[in-house]
Amino acid sequence: MSLHLQNIDHIVNGVPHISGIDLALEPGSFNVLLGRTLAGKTTLMRLMAGLEPPTRGKIIMDGKDVTNVSVRKRNVSMVYQQFINYPSLTVYDNIASPLKLAKHPKSEIDKRVGEIAEMLHIEHLLNRYPQELSGGQQQRTAMGRALIKDADLILFDEPLVNLDYKLREELRDELRDLFKARNCIAVYATTEPNEALALGGNTAVLHEGRLLQYGPTEQVYREPNGRFSAEMFSEPPINIVPGQLTDSEITFDQTLHFPCDDELKRLEPGDYDFGVRASHLTLQPQQADDLALDVHVDVAEISGSETFLHVRHERFPLVLHLAGIHQFSVNEPLKVYFPTHQLYAFDKQGHTVHIPARQGGAAHG
Amino acid sequence: MAEITLKGLAHSYEKTPKGAADYAIRQMDHVWHQGGAYALLGPSGCGKSTLLNIISGLLEPSEGDVLFDGQRVNELPPEERNIAQVFQFPVIYDTMTVFDNLAFPLRNMNTPEYRVKPKVLEVADILELTPLLDRKAKNLTADEKQKVSMGRGLVRDDVTAILFDEPLTVIDPQLKWKLRRKLKEIHERFNITMIYVTHDQLEASTFADKIAVMYEGQVVQFGTPRELFERPAHTFVGYFIGSPGMNFMAVEYRDDQVMFGTQPLPVSEQMKHAVASAANASANDISHNNIKLGIRPEFIAISSSEVANSVPIQVTSVQDLGTYSLLTFKLNEQTFKARLPEGHPPVSEAAFAHFDAAHVALYIDEYLVEAGHE
Amino acid sequence: MNNKVPNNRAWLLVLPMLVLVAFSAIIPLMTVVNYSVQDVLGPNARFFTGTEWFQSMLNDDALQAAFLRQISFSLIILAIQIPLGIGIALIMPKRGWQASAVLILITLPLLIPWNVVGSIWQIFTRGDIGLMGWGLRELGIEYNITRNAGDAWVTIILMDVWHWTPLVAMLCYSGLRSIPEAYYQAARIDRASKWAVFRYIQLPKLTNVLVIAVLLRFMHSFMIYAEPFVLTGGGPGSATTFLSQSLTTMAVGQQDLGPSAAFSLIYFLVILLVSWVFYTTIMNMQKDKPPHGGA
Repeated sequence: MSLHLQNIDHIVNGVPHISGIDLALEPGSFNVLLGRTLAGKTTLMRLMAGLEPPTRGKIIMDGKDVTNVSVRKRNVSMVYQQFINYPSLTVYDNIASPLKLAKHPKSEIDKRVGEIAEMLHIEHLLNRYPQELSGGQQQRTAMGRALIKDADLILFDEPLVNLDYKLREELRDELRDLFKARNCIAVYATTEPNEALALGGNTAVLHEGRLLQYGPTEQVYREPNGRFSAEMFSEPPINIVPGQLTDSEITFDQTLHFPCDDELKRLEPGDYDFGVRASHLTLQPQQADDLALDVHVDVAEISGSETFLHVRHERFPLVLHLAGIHQFSVNEPLKVYFPTHQLYAFDKQGHTVHIPARQGGAAHG
Repeated sequence: MAEITLKGLAHSYEKTPKGAADYAIRQMDHVWHQGGAYALLGPSGCGKSTLLNIISGLLEPSEGDVLFDGQRVNELPPEERNIAQVFQFPVIYDTMTVFDNLAFPLRNMNTPEYRVKPKVLEVADILELTPLLDRKAKNLTADEKQKVSMGRGLVRDDVTAILFDEPLTVIDPQLKWKLRRKLKEIHERFNITMIYVTHDQLEASTFADKIAVMYEGQVVQFGTPRELFERPAHTFVGYFIGSPGMNFMAVEYRDDQVMFGTQPLPVSEQMKHAVASAANASANDISHNNIKLGIRPEFIAISSSEVANSVPIQVTSVQDLGTYSLLTFKLNEQTFKARLPEGHPPVSEAAFAHFDAAHVALYIDEYLVEAGHE
Repeated sequence: MNNKVPNNRAWLLVLPMLVLVAFSAIIPLMTVVNYSVQDVLGPNARFFTGTEWFQSMLNDDALQAAFLRQISFSLIILAIQIPLGIGIALIMPKRGWQASAVLILITLPLLIPWNVVGSIWQIFTRGDIGLMGWGLRELGIEYNITRNAGDAWVTIILMDVWHWTPLVAMLCYSGLRSIPEAYYQAARIDRASKWAVFRYIQLPKLTNVLVIAVLLRFMHSFMIYAEPFVLTGGGPGSATTFLSQSLTTMAVGQQDLGPSAAFSLIYFLVILLVSWVFYTTIMNMQKDKPPHGGA
C-alpha cells in the first residue's frame, strides 16, 4: 500500500489549515509528522484517513484516487491522544471489536487477540474493564484495537502525550519494534523532536500548514533545508544568531568578530543567520578558536541526566545542552564557548546555505 | 516562616487498613526546611498527591503528625495553615479582573484597600501581569491564568509555604521554561518554602534543590538532582531518573567471582567484597538473596575490540538521537542500553562493554548498599 | 484556477434538514402569516386586510390586560423558581444513596402531565375535601379560589413553583457537580467565605445552566395553559386568564381566525424578542471590556 497526497489544500471557514502539501509515503514505512501545536498535523491525518475530503488536491492510495472515498471504505485505523476505548467492554472485547464487526470466526479472533495482547504486554488484563486500568494500559488497549485489523494505514495522533515519560520511553521502543514486521504505512504525529528521533523512520516537518521537509529522520535532523526546519527539529531549539559574513570573518552584533571557517568562505559575503546546536555550545573551550562569550544564566533546566542551560548574552539568548547535572543560580555570570566550526548558515530567506561537517564518524555499526 | 515536619506519618483511605498495600502513604518521617525549594517526584499512584493534600490540610492523616514549626496542625483546615496551593489546572475567579483575583485573598482578610493596591501591583510586576490587570481573568491564556493563581499565594505576607501540584501540565511546551525561570526567581526573592509535586524528572530537577522520590507510598530517596543521578538509593530511582534508566543485573558470588549468569563481571576489589558478604548473608537469610548491580547507560563504554576489564556483548541496534546515540546490546540474554556521545566511532555487532567501576552500584533488596569506587 | 471546483455536494447534505425545518416551522408559520393578513369569510371569500388585525389586536383592552397578567406571572415565577432552584441544588446531598433518593423525590412533579397537575391542585384546594383548602378553612383563613382573585393567583403561582422548580434545581445540581474540586480547595486556601464561594465560583460556573433555565422557564410559563384552565378556568372573572387561553378562546371558541393569527404572531415575536434580549445581554456580560487603546 502506498499513499500519495497530491497538492493538498485544506481551507476551513476561509482559514487555510493545509497549504500545498505534496507527500508520498512508501509501503511499510514509519512516518513521523513533526510540528508544533496547530501546525496542521491532526488535519493532515484526518485527510489521510478520509474523515474529511481536502478542499483541493488528490489522495491516491495504491494508484487509486480515494479523495472522496469515505473513511468507512478505507482500511485505516487511528489512535488518539485521549485513551479511547469502549467503557462497557473488557480489554479482550475492546481489542476484538474490529474483528467482530468484520464477522471473523471465534477461533481466529481468539488467536489474534492473544497475539496482539502479548505483543503489547497486556495479556494478563484481558478480562478487565478500561476504567480499571492505568493510563498506559488503556492506551495499549487502544493501540491493540488499532493494530488488530491489519489496516493499510495506521494513524497515531500524539498517542503518548498524556502518559508519564517512563511509559512514553517504553511504549516508543515497543512501537518501533512492532512496525518492523508490518507492511502497513504508519503515520505518527508528535510535537517533540526527541520523540521523532527515537522513533526513527521518516520525518515530515510541518509548520503553519506547510510541509517544510520530508526524508529519513536522521537526515532531516542533520541536514535541515532551512531555518524553520532546523528550529522545529531540535529540542532545545537550535540557537540562531544573526551576523555578517565577509571574506575572512564573521561579525555578530557588530561587535563580536571571529575568523570564519574555510567552508563558509565560499559563501557570498553578506547578512546571514547562523545556527549552532545547543549541544555544541560548551562551558570549556573545545578548540583553540572557539569564541568565548560572556553571558548571564537565565535558568538551568535539569532532566534526570542532562542540563539545558538558558543564558543570555547582551543582545541574544542562547541555550546549551550539557551532559550530566549542573546547577546554576539565576543571573549568575558565566563564560560559554561558541564553536566556530560547527555553524549552520541560513540566508535571509531562511534557506540553508551551509551545513557543518559531522564530527567524528557515524555511530552506526 | 515554616519548617514542615512529618512525624510517623501514614495514611490509608481504608477505615481499617489490613496490610502495607492498603496504605497510600506508608509510615514516614520527613522534614522540609524553611525556605527550601523541594520537589516530590514519582509515577502516578505513588501517593504524592495524597501527601501534598495532607500538608495543605485538605486531608487529615490517619496516623502520625504534621508539624508546622513544631506546632501540630493535623486538625487545622487549609485556611488556617498559612499556605498557598497552585493546582494542575489553573483556578481563577472567572468573573473578576486579574487585579481582583490577586486582591481576593487580601480582601477576604479585610485588609484595608490602601494596603491591597501596592501589594497587588508589586506581585503583578514580578509575575509580568501588570498590563493584564484590568482584564477579565476568564479570557487569559493558560500560562497567564497559572501566573494569576500563583500570584494569589504571593500577595499574602503570612504565606510561609507554597505547594504546587503539577502546575505546568496545561502550559504550552515552548512557554514552560519561561515559567520555570519565573518560579526559580520567585523562590530566590521570597523566603518561602516551596514544594512542587510532579511525575516529570525535568520539572522536579529544574525547580528543586532537593527531590523526594516517592514509590509505593514511601520516600525512597531524598537528595539533590545530582545525587539521584549518580547515587540512586533505590533501584526505582535508578530506573525512574535518567532517560533511559539504569541497567540492572541480578548477580551471584561464585568461584571467587561476581557472576552475572555465566558471565564473570570485572568489578573493583571493594565491590567484589561487598557482593561476597551480601551473598554470604543471603545463604542464611532468604530475604537477602536479591542482589543486583546497577550501571547507568552513560557509564558504559563500548568498543569494537577488547579492552581491559571489558565483557563481550551482542549489539542489537544503534539509534541516532541527535545529540547522542542509544546503543542496545545483549549480555547474558538480557537487554542493556548504553549511551554513546555524538561522533562516537562505529561499533561492530560483536563488541565489548566496559563498566566504569566508579559508577557501578550494589543493591540488596532494591536498596543501595555500596556505590562505586575508583 | 481549473481545480477550484465549488463543492456543491455539501448543500445536498443540508437539504434534508432544510426540508424538515420547512415542514415543522416555516410552513405552519406561513399559514399563520397568511391568515393574519386576510379576512376569511368563506371557502372562496377572502379579503386582504393588511395590518388591520394587528392594529386591532394591539388595541384590544382584554388582550392588553391578559398580556400584562402574563408578564407579571412569568416574572413572579422566575423570581421565585430560579433562586429557590439554586438554593435546593446547593443543599442537595452530593454523593451516596441520599443523593439518588433526593434526586428521585425532587423529579416526581416533573413526571406529572399538565392537566393532571391542574386537577390535583383543584382537588387539593377545595374547601370540602382538599387538604389545603380544608386546612386553611379550619385555621380560620378565608380562602376561595373561585371567588377571590388573590387566592387564585397565589394558588396558580404555588402550583407552578411546585411543578417546575425541580427542573431548575436539577439543572443547577448538574452544573454544580461539574465544578472541579480544586476550585473549592483554592477558595478555602484563599480564605473565601461561603458567600464569596457562591458569588465568585458557583454562580459564575452556573451562568450557562441558568441561562438555559431562565429561557426554558420563561417560554414555558409564557405559554401556560392547561393548569390554570383546569384549576380556575381563567377566573374569577378574567383574573387568571393568560394569553394562551385568550388565544384559544378567540381561535377555537369564536373562530376568529384572522385576529387570532395576528395575535399568535405578536405572541411569538414577544417570546422571541425577550429571549433574544436576555440571551445577548448575558453573553455580552461575559465578554471583556475592550482594554484601553482597544488592542
